[in-house]
Amino acid sequence: MNWINLRDFFDMGGYGLYVWGSLGMCAAVVVAELMVIRLRRRLLAQEVGDERAAEEHTA
Amino acid sequence: MRSTKASSINWFHYAAPQRFYPLAGRLVPWFGALAVVLTAVGLYLGLWLAPTDAQQGDAYRIIFVHVPTAWMSMVVYLAMATWAAIGLVFNSRLSSMMATALAPTGALMTFLALWTGALWGKPTWGAWWVWDARLTSELVLLFLYIGFMALHSAIDDTRRADRAAGLLAIVGVVNLPIIYFSVQWWNTLHQGASVSVTKAPSMATPMLMGMLVMALACWMYCIAVALARVRVIMLERERHTAWAQQALGAA
Repeated sequence: MNWINLRDFFDMGGYGLYVWGSLGMCAAVVVAELMVIRLRRRLLAQEVGDERAAEEHTA
Repeated sequence: MRSTKASSINWFHYAAPQRFYPLAGRLVPWFGALAVVLTAVGLYLGLWLAPTDAQQGDAYRIIFVHVPTAWMSMVVYLAMATWAAIGLVFNSRLSSMMATALAPTGALMTFLALWTGALWGKPTWGAWWVWDARLTSELVLLFLYIGFMALHSAIDDTRRADRAAGLLAIVGVVNLPIIYFSVQWWNTLHQGASVSVTKAPSMATPMLMGMLVMALACWMYCIAVALARVRVIMLERERHTAWAQQALGAA
């Protein structure tokens, strides 16, 4: 057990900015990557849906 | 054609996108769940159990994300180049789709390795960045990923784009041994490997365990996210087929 309290944990022996800056960026990248994949799929579904609607309209 | 043998897996069966699509869909949650559990265990080991380093204080804890992302930046590149090569040799569409699906994840792993490296370099070396062989070759890796994606999106004909970008990926493999051995070949500021297959690791056990568990978590994440992305790529490329439209409509 290294930490006396939560504040000590966040302080990381004075290196808090560097340690949490690293972990935080990793978390941000993971969240962003997952969101982009989800968005990419939703946009594709929308596009294909619109195309099919247009085809049915002209047919 | 359906595989008649139920006992053994016919891998070619899954080379068709419409058959690989549901399989990948079943695999994603498992790899994703493993990534979550392993990350939780790894962070518990690394941030809670592992002691403060005698020389670097708590700044060393960046290792738990720096080393895994740096390893994966190279592993993903190797996987990407391998799929690209298989795609070129066998002219198989799915292999090329796998290569394209891996590129953004690899680029992000490389970015994270550089970012966490900068945040580690500042308190320990006194500089965010130095033009040392390890750092420079890792930066070249990022440019290779970006080049692969840019080249692929610059060519309209998807199969031609697969071939051109695939060739770039294969040529870029020469950079991997340069990154790996840079700390031995040149006198770098970046330290040598703390873990290798040939000698005992020069780290305390909880530190080492935390790092290895985080590396495994990173593996699982990359597999899960690459499979999730290849599913979207399959739908994009097969959008005019009945199965893809059905899959999109059901979502």
